[in-house]
Amino acid sequence: MRWVNRHPRRGNSIVLGAIPIALLILLYLVVSAGRHAENPSDKILPLPSGMVEAMWPLLFEKDLLSGHVIFWADTLASLERLGLGLGISTLSALLVGLVLGALPPVRATFSPLVTAIAVIPPIALLPILFIAFGLGETAKVALIVIGIAPFMIRDIAAHVAALPREQIIKAQTLGASSWQVMLRVALPQAMPRLIQAVRLSLGPAWVFLISAEAIASDIGLGYRIFLVRRYLSMDVILPYVAWIALLAVAMDFILVQASRRLFPWAHGVGH
Amino acid sequence: MSALLSLRNVWVEYGEKIVLEDVTLDIAEQSFVSIIGPSGAGKSSLLRVILGQEAPTRGKILLDGETLPPECGPDRGVVFQRYSVFPHLSVLRNTMFGLECAQAPFTAQLFGAKRRAAREEAEEMLVAVGLKDAMNLHPAEMSGGMQQRLAIAQALIKRPRILLLDEPFGALDPGIRADMHVLITRLWQDYSLTVIMVTHDIKEAFSLGTRVLTLDKRRHDPHAPHRFGATAVYDLPLTKPRPARPAESAQLPADKSEVGSITIDTIDNN
Repeated sequence: MRWVNRHPRRGNSIVLGAIPIALLILLYLVVSAGRHAENPSDKILPLPSGMVEAMWPLLFEKDLLSGHVIFWADTLASLERLGLGLGISTLSALLVGLVLGALPPVRATFSPLVTAIAVIPPIALLPILFIAFGLGETAKVALIVIGIAPFMIRDIAAHVAALPREQIIKAQTLGASSWQVMLRVALPQAMPRLIQAVRLSLGPAWVFLISAEAIASDIGLGYRIFLVRRYLSMDVILPYVAWIALLAVAMDFILVQASRRLFPWAHGVGH
Repeated sequence: MSALLSLRNVWVEYGEKIVLEDVTLDIAEQSFVSIIGPSGAGKSSLLRVILGQEAPTRGKILLDGETLPPECGPDRGVVFQRYSVFPHLSVLRNTMFGLECAQAPFTAQLFGAKRRAAREEAEEMLVAVGLKDAMNLHPAEMSGGMQQRLAIAQALIKRPRILLLDEPFGALDPGIRADMHVLITRLWQDYSLTVIMVTHDIKEAFSLGTRVLTLDKRRHDPHAPHRFGATAVYDLPLTKPRPARPAESAQLPADKSEVGSITIDTIDNN
């Protein structure tokens, strides 16, 4: 049988998907154990026991200086920034993207500006943001927004503009005004695409969050990683990175499920 | 018969390319006009200017003696070959759309008694096109023939002065197409519609129409094929007897005898 025709069953595909991850963990353990056999105080590839030991106080004990449990305070601070950044970006993508996509005069006026902003590397704007907004939360959220909103706006605008012309004409022959076309035809059909755009933007959003936290912050997952880097604390960095990956996967999963639940018509027949 | 729609010296040009030249037509109320012609003869352009999707380069289009604005409006309904139903709305909501737009300018949604009234009207219309059992489906769950039935119901609920059909049955199987011919003929009679239909199928044009227009170029310059546009080269009134309408069938949803004679395609047989 050709490989293009081999479709693993659901149970099998879970097993298949787990194999490379398990192999990678195994490889890490073997190499790490090897290094520790040579040098028991190796810091580069810590053993799981070392990670637990290093993470324990961060997870369960209050920091004497700040009075927070550091790991959870970091997580909360990062998620708050990420959530704000994603929320503002999503909302503006929906509003601006819809207007740009549905109304040709607005598109002609503003789409070059959006394109111009979208092609600027956001990190290059970070100094400007720090100068303009100071080193507080605003600059970090602003970096995320500037980083992902233009992409999302362009994506939604392109999707709305590419709706079949027949639908827009049909709506008008049914008496719809511009506003009604946007509200009843364009907006609902932009929603599943918006969720898709948020999913695609999650990766860049994390990049901008970690960057902003690494450069100027006193709390947050990115801040912690870059702080303990000075002491070569791989036993903290690796669990933090794994935690970030887990959070990102969970968000992606929730978005997919929400889209299927809320917009079944956009996910094919037989829902 | 009075002319419902008049085209006066209508030209459609795209830059150098002349698509329609000097089309002058009068279309009577309650006629069924079929438009045929070779590919590129401007059939769809003619439909688009009547629909208001495009403005004619020159000339005037009058509906009831008044110049039409170059914009679509609820006085002219349309059914395209594809993509003219809303994929995100159920069949019932698709049909209610026209009523909701008219009655709720800001929200385009109806509530309470108005919603119930709109719902009843939409249900009645869906029964008339044979979609009684599909009201809660989404378009993606239906066959092509059912989607076209929905597109017709959607358009008819606005009681348009003219119904424009742009190759409405071109993508359907022959069997389903025959059912649709029966349906559109019945709706045309029962709702006293004025229909303009563009088609590639000459047999369809003659069997459905009361008048067949053939668009083609009168002159052709082989060195400049775009120099001359098409116009109506044949205009054939068909004097076929209008099938006598049974008195009761004016009230359409009650007309079960006719509905029964149509093979209504249910899910997945197209």
